[in-house]
Amino acid sequence: MDFKLKIWRQKNAKAKGHFETYEIHDIEEDASFLEMLDILNEQLIAEGIDPVAVDKGCKNSGPVSFDHDCREGICGACSLYIDGRAHGPDDEVTTCQLFMRKFKDGATITVEPWRSAGFPIIKDLVVDRGAYDKILQAGGYISVRTGGVPDANCIPVAKEKSDESMDAAACIGCGACAATCKNGSAMLFVAARVSSLALLPQGQVEAARRAKAMVAKMDELGFGACTNTRACEMECPKHITVNHIARLNREYLCAKLKD
Amino acid sequence: MAKELISKIPEGPLAEKWANHKAHIRVVTPGNKRKLDIIVVGTGLGGASAAASLGELGYNVKIFCISDSPRRAHSIAAQGGINAAKNYQNDNDSVYKLFYETIKGGDYRSREANVYRLAEVSNNIIDQCVAQGVPFAREYGGLLANRSFGGATVSRTFYARGQTGQQLLLGAYAALNRQIQAGTVKSYPRHEMLDVVLVNGEAKGIIARNLVTGEIERFGAHAVVIATGGYGNTYFLSTNAMNSNGSAAWQCYKKGACFANPCFAQIHPTCIPVHGEQQCKLTLMSESLRNDGRIWVPKSLEDVEKLRKHEIKPSDIAEENRDYYLERRYPAFGNLVPRDVASRAAKERCDAGYGVNETGLAVFLDFKTAIDRLGEDKIRERYGNLFQMYEKITSTNPYKEPMMIYPAIHYTMGGIWVDYNLQTTIPGLYAIGEANFSDHGGNRLGASALMQGLADGYFVLPYTIGDYLAGHFKDPKVDVSSVEFDEAEAAVKEKIDRLFNIQGKRTVDSIHKELGHIMWEYVGMARNEEGLKTAITKIDELEKEFWANVYVPGSNFEFNQELEKALRLADFFGIGRLMAYDALNRKESCGGHFRVESQTEDGETKRDDENYMYVAAWEYQGEGVEPLLHKEPLVYENIKIATRNYKD
Repeated sequence: MDFKLKIWRQKNAKAKGHFETYEIHDIEEDASFLEMLDILNEQLIAEGIDPVAVDKGCKNSGPVSFDHDCREGICGACSLYIDGRAHGPDDEVTTCQLFMRKFKDGATITVEPWRSAGFPIIKDLVVDRGAYDKILQAGGYISVRTGGVPDANCIPVAKEKSDESMDAAACIGCGACAATCKNGSAMLFVAARVSSLALLPQGQVEAARRAKAMVAKMDELGFGACTNTRACEMECPKHITVNHIARLNREYLCAKLKD
Repeated sequence: MAKELISKIPEGPLAEKWANHKAHIRVVTPGNKRKLDIIVVGTGLGGASAAASLGELGYNVKIFCISDSPRRAHSIAAQGGINAAKNYQNDNDSVYKLFYETIKGGDYRSREANVYRLAEVSNNIIDQCVAQGVPFAREYGGLLANRSFGGATVSRTFYARGQTGQQLLLGAYAALNRQIQAGTVKSYPRHEMLDVVLVNGEAKGIIARNLVTGEIERFGAHAVVIATGGYGNTYFLSTNAMNSNGSAAWQCYKKGACFANPCFAQIHPTCIPVHGEQQCKLTLMSESLRNDGRIWVPKSLEDVEKLRKHEIKPSDIAEENRDYYLERRYPAFGNLVPRDVASRAAKERCDAGYGVNETGLAVFLDFKTAIDRLGEDKIRERYGNLFQMYEKITSTNPYKEPMMIYPAIHYTMGGIWVDYNLQTTIPGLYAIGEANFSDHGGNRLGASALMQGLADGYFVLPYTIGDYLAGHFKDPKVDVSSVEFDEAEAAVKEKIDRLFNIQGKRTVDSIHKELGHIMWEYVGMARNEEGLKTAITKIDELEKEFWANVYVPGSNFEFNQELEKALRLADFFGIGRLMAYDALNRKESCGGHFRVESQTEDGETKRDDENYMYVAAWEYQGEGVEPLLHKEPLVYENIKIATRNYKD
C-alpha cells in the first residue's frame, strides 16, 4: 500500500510547528500504524545519510518523534490524532493497534499530536501528559501503607460491583478523552479513577476527599468543564463509559453537600 | 580484583530462615531514615512498590523512569495473573507447594531460601493489592477467584481479566503517587540512567540524561536500587516493550556487579506469529488461555499443505486428524506444561514440517472444546479482551477459528547477581524484580514475575536495605561535585559525542535487527557449541560495524529518540555476547536453556547436576577481555532433586 503523510513537525515546546508531507510506499496491510511510522523514520534517516539526496537540497526535519512503548494497547504511551480522530479511524484501539488495512490505498493521512491546553507539546507528536500524574497524586489512591492489611477475603465485594470497578480501572491514561473533548476536559479520566475506587468498600472510606481533591486539581491544571458531549466515550480506546462521569458527579456533589 | 560471592543465606530450617533473618538484621530508626536518600531506577512493579514502601518508611526517595509517567513501565502489559499460596480453592495448596513447584519449574537452578521466601510473602501481596483497591476477579459470593497456570498442580493464580499486570501496577503506582504527594518520593519521568557512580567502592548515585532537554544530570544517594527489568530486547523481536532495555543493569556490570545466568532467557509459547520483515514487536497471548485452549497441528502433512494454501479452514479438519501434541506427550500436565517445554514442543512440530501458516512457524490454539463445554459467554468473560486483541491484530475471529501462535522471547531469568538481601556485589547497590537473577532458575513459571516484582518491592527490600543503611545514617548527603561524579559524567558525555561523530551510513534499527537475527539463530531455542562460537564472532563484527558505521541524527541537546536507541543498542552487544559466553559454558540443558548436545532420547532437556548445579556469575574484566566466571553452588537441603517430569 502507498500513502501520503501530512505530519505535524515542531522542533521543541517553544518553536512554531508546521505540517510536512511525505510519501511512503510498499507498506504491508498487516503493518500497524506505528510500524508504518518506523518505516517512514528509517526512510527519513536514510535521506539524511544519502549525500546525493542532501546535495539535491533534500532536507527533511529528521525522524518524527512520537511516544510509543508496549505496542499492544496497554501502556497508553501512543497518542496520535489521525485524520481528526484520537488513535485514528478504528474503534476501541490505541494507535499501536491501528492497522494499515483500515486505510484506503493511496490515501493522504494527517497526523497531529494531542491538542489540549493540559498537554503541552514537547516535540513533533510528543506531548507532556504529566498533568494526569498530578491529578492522581492529588488523591487517586486508597491510603494504605505496605503491610498491616487484612486478609484479602475479609473484604467481600459483590461480583457486579467488582466487575464495574474493573471496567473503570481499565483506563490507560493515554489522554484521548481530553484531547478529543472540545472543552479539553479530563472528566472521563478523573471519573474512571474515582468511580473505580468508589465502587469498592475499600475505596469508600476516602471517597469524598478523593473526588474533591482530584476535581480541584483537574481545574487547577487548566482542563475544561464537561458539557456531556460524550465525545470522550466515543474515542476511549478502553470503552470507558460516561456512566462513570455520572458517578463522579454524584460523589462530588455528595462530598460538597457534606462540607 | 576478583569478587567473592557471599549469598548470606541465613542458617536454620527453611521455613524459619526469613523470620530469623528479619529478626537479626539492623534497622534504621525513624528519625535517621529522614536523613537517608535512596535512588530507585525503574517504576515497574518492583521499582514502584519499593519506592512507595521506602517512602512510607520515611526515607527520601528519588525515582527515575524513561517513560512520561511511572505508570507506563512494561509490568503493565502482564496479562494472566499473579500466584499466591492462599489455598482459597481448598485444593491443598501451601507455601511449600508453591516453593516446590517454582524450584521444579525452574529446573533446579534457583536458590531454595529465596524461593521459599517468595512463596511465603506471596500471600501478603494479595492482601496488599486488595487493600489498595485492585479489582481482582471475584466469585458470586464476593470472594476472590483463581485460575490455573502452567507447571502448577493447583489453582492459585489471582487475576484481573487479562490485565493483571496493569491493575497491580496501578496499585503500586497509586501508592507511589500517595508518597509523591506526601513529599517523601520525588519523581523524575523521562530520565534515563546512563551510569552508576561508585565512591570508595560503594554505590552513591547515578548519572542520568534528561530525555526532554538532553541535559546530563547527577544524582547522589546513600543507596541505589536497580529495578529496570530484563534484557529480552537483545533479540530485537520480543514481547518486551519497545523501550525496554538492559543498559542500567549493564552499567552496573561494567562497574563491578556480577551478572548471573545471563543465558537463561524465557521463550513464551503463545505469541502471535511474525507477519513480516517490517515488524518490530511481538504480541503475547496470555498463558491463561492454555486453561481452556488446546494446542494442535494436523496429523497429516497433506492437511498442512492445504491449510497453507487456504484450501481448507482449521475447523474443517476432523478431530481424529488433529495431533494435540502436548496432551499426547505430557498426559499429566497436557496443555499446561511449563513455558519452555511448550515452546520446544511447538518448535519440534514446526521443524518437522507441521507449521500451519505460510511461514511454517505457527501452531493452533483452539477453544472449540471449551466453547462447546462452557458456552461462548463464559469464554468471553474469561478472555474477552485477549480475544478482541487477537482479532484486532489478525482479523480472525478466535471464537470461530483457532488462534495461530508461535514462541517468542519474553522474559529473562538471568540478571544482576544479588545476595539474600537483594544486594549486588557492589555495596549499596541493589537489584530487584526481573533485573536480578534470584528466583526463577532456568525457567520462570507463569504468573510468577508479578509475584516476584511485588515481593521484592513491598516485602523484602524495605527490610533488607535497612541492614546496609543502618551503617550509613551518620554519612552526610552525597556530594555530587566529587571527582567520581566528574569522571562518570565525562565518560557518559564522551560516549554520546562519539556516537554523533561516527556519521556513518546505517540506522540504529538496521543494526539492532541484525543483532536480533544472530541471537535468535544461535542463542535462541536450540543452542550448540559451534553456533554459540559463531554468535560471539558475529556479535564482535557487528559491534565494530556499529561503532564505525552507525548514523545518529540530530543532537544531544534535544528530545532525540534515535540517540536513546543507539545508547541502548551499544549495550545490547555486550549483553548478547555475555549470554553466548554463559550458554557456551553451561554444557547442560536446563529450563529455557537447551543445548542440543545434552538431550534425552525423546528430545527433553538433560541436566548435568554433577557439573552445573551452580549459579554462573560473571565479572567484567574490561573491554575485549573474557569475563571471569564465579560459581555459587546451589545446595538443596529440602527438595529431592529429580528429573523434571510433566508426563505422569
